[in-house]
Amino acid sequence: MKRTLFRNQWLPWLLLAPQLAITFVFFLWPAAQAVRQSFLRQDAFGINTSFVGLANFRALWNSPEYLNSLQVTAVFAVLVTVLSMGLSLLLAVALDRMIRSASLYTTLLVWPYAVAPAVAGILWWFIFNPTIGIMPYVLEGIGYDWNHISSKSDALILVVIASAWKQISYNFLFFVAGLQSIPASLREAAAIDGAGPVRRFFDITLPLLSPTTFFLLVVNIVYAMFDTFAVIDATTEGGPAQATNILVYKVYFDGFVGQNLGSSAAQSVILMGIVIALTAIQFRYVEKKVAY
Amino acid sequence: MNRLFTASALALSASLSAAHAQTEIQWWHAMGGELGAKLEEITKGFNDAQDDYTVVPSYKGTYPETMTAAIAAFRAQQQPAIVQVFEVGTGTMMAAEGAIVPVHQLMADNEVAFDPQAYLPAVVGYYTDTQGNMLSLPFNSSTPIVYYNKTMFEKAGLDPNTPPKTWAELEEFSKKIIESGAGTCGFTTQWISWIQTENLSAWHNQPIGTEQNGFGGLSARLTLNGPVQVKHWENLKRLSDEGVFKYGGPVGGDNAAPMFYSQDCAMYMASSASRAGVIANAKDFELGYGMLPYYDDVEGAPQNSIIGGASLWVLSGRPDEEYAGVAKFFEYLSTPEVQADWASFSGYLPITQAAMDRMADFYAQNPGADTGIRQITLNEPTENSKGLRFGNYVQIRGIIDEEFEQLLSGSKDAQGALDSVVERGNALIAEFEAQNQ
Repeated sequence: MKRTLFRNQWLPWLLLAPQLAITFVFFLWPAAQAVRQSFLRQDAFGINTSFVGLANFRALWNSPEYLNSLQVTAVFAVLVTVLSMGLSLLLAVALDRMIRSASLYTTLLVWPYAVAPAVAGILWWFIFNPTIGIMPYVLEGIGYDWNHISSKSDALILVVIASAWKQISYNFLFFVAGLQSIPASLREAAAIDGAGPVRRFFDITLPLLSPTTFFLLVVNIVYAMFDTFAVIDATTEGGPAQATNILVYKVYFDGFVGQNLGSSAAQSVILMGIVIALTAIQFRYVEKKVAY
Repeated sequence: MNRLFTASALALSASLSAAHAQTEIQWWHAMGGELGAKLEEITKGFNDAQDDYTVVPSYKGTYPETMTAAIAAFRAQQQPAIVQVFEVGTGTMMAAEGAIVPVHQLMADNEVAFDPQAYLPAVVGYYTDTQGNMLSLPFNSSTPIVYYNKTMFEKAGLDPNTPPKTWAELEEFSKKIIESGAGTCGFTTQWISWIQTENLSAWHNQPIGTEQNGFGGLSARLTLNGPVQVKHWENLKRLSDEGVFKYGGPVGGDNAAPMFYSQDCAMYMASSASRAGVIANAKDFELGYGMLPYYDDVEGAPQNSIIGGASLWVLSGRPDEEYAGVAKFFEYLSTPEVQADWASFSGYLPITQAAMDRMADFYAQNPGADTGIRQITLNEPTENSKGLRFGNYVQIRGIIDEEFEQLLSGSKDAQGALDSVVERGNALIAEFEAQNQ
């Protein structure tokens, strides 16, 4: 690689300045504000402020609702990731075998990605609405009484389906690209050695897809934990009985609806820690373990 | 040509300076759709009637969004002079002493005639302090009533002109409706928190919290796990298991109305301000109105119901001339003409006796429209039925819904659910008390 040497010390800083300024104003400054706020106890209007140290964090640690939210988030993230990645891998493998209709099929599958999360939420809310939705009507026919308003598991299933559906297109595109980069000669060689399609998939395709799979795994977990706010807001609003109250939604609800800024800030600091940890794991792992 | 030009330039500058002399008053509100249009029409009436002030209403979204926007604006020193805040935000607004101008003080400071006696105590009581001083101006207040399907009553062999008076009757009627095949459920309800907990308490003269339901100060705590509330939640759970009662979901209970409109449920407890909406949807059946049912073995029941809705708060830190305009605007809003116009259009309750008298004809022509006002003025409000005032109450309402859902799912009994409402709610109230000291 060619190294550029600057004779003037200030020039590189000047060239970096716009990027640094944006990072500072939109990322570092708000993050610092959140950290500061997490150590304070303040009324909604900001008239009385006192420093309370780690009290906001301790309160969270002792709050069954927060621990429940952590647990819900973990279950939700795993379910969404497994469901959306599993389905998109299946669809991508199917595409790999197609000859003529592949581009039409790809175009159709990318559509859901263009739907805004809030709209996706509303769509699923209509489909599964216990009073007017089509799915509860169908499910009633096979003897299942669907009601995500009072049943915790139904509510979780609903938000998992809505969130996973939204992410399938994205995963699908990456898997297709990953599959296309696997040389056909490898699979042909395996076929000549007598390996069936299933064996070929698990022994050749899947290991060679691992960089893509790992990248998508991290992206999907981050998506499920942070970008599904709109889906939750439009469908269950965290209910019933906090069954779908994921961490991001709780930050919003406690801070913006409940006006409890200290606790909300402490929760976002914890979330920030989780993101940093996830990113660090991703980079370390990607650098060391995955063969490109 | 030249003279014409000069003249028009003069006229232009004159009109500009006239416009400049007008003081603009910002009013943030949460009334969308038709209510928002009516609100703007009322504001226009004030703006057209005088030249000194222009009130500029801006729609800011839902109640929580409007309140959050106003608080954020206050923190950035960009606050509007008037903000509409829902009733559960009252505790938060009232505790923010440096941020608000109480209405009684606003009127006195600006020497606008103001007679607290002219207002209906059942309505304004929610927004006054313990000395009887009005803190915010009630704008849109309503109270829950029972809507029922007369056609279904007839099919079930019940008298269509007699709504149930007591919970025992309500259960009996409901069962007749289901047995006769007139419907699949007896009743449903909006708001478990506002109707089946807070109003239930007031209607039976039971305390919701200490210190006059929180009116007495920040040290008040919830006590709504009393025997009457527990008995009522137990009943709702039992009736839900029997299929007599159907739960319409948390907060406002969005799924309750469709069950009533589709004639699955024969009775529907909802805000008196939902009347126009219910009429519009009750196309295939005849609609009846009744007061909330009560338990006849509870002494003092029925007392009076409490209101919900929103009031107008005045935020501090604006120039003095704006407050003079706000005081005049509030005087205008309280006039019987404006009140009667707004109340008959929207279904909200009038806030003064004069406005109520003026609406006599309207009530005579629209049967059932006065159910709410009759119910709220049934008795002189007591300490238990004036309303309630607790900090962080938006979240506490959420807790009430959650614990009720735990009760329905069978993971807690009524006593256990209400005990946790009190325990979790009081933790939030204690946090609020600490924040405001």
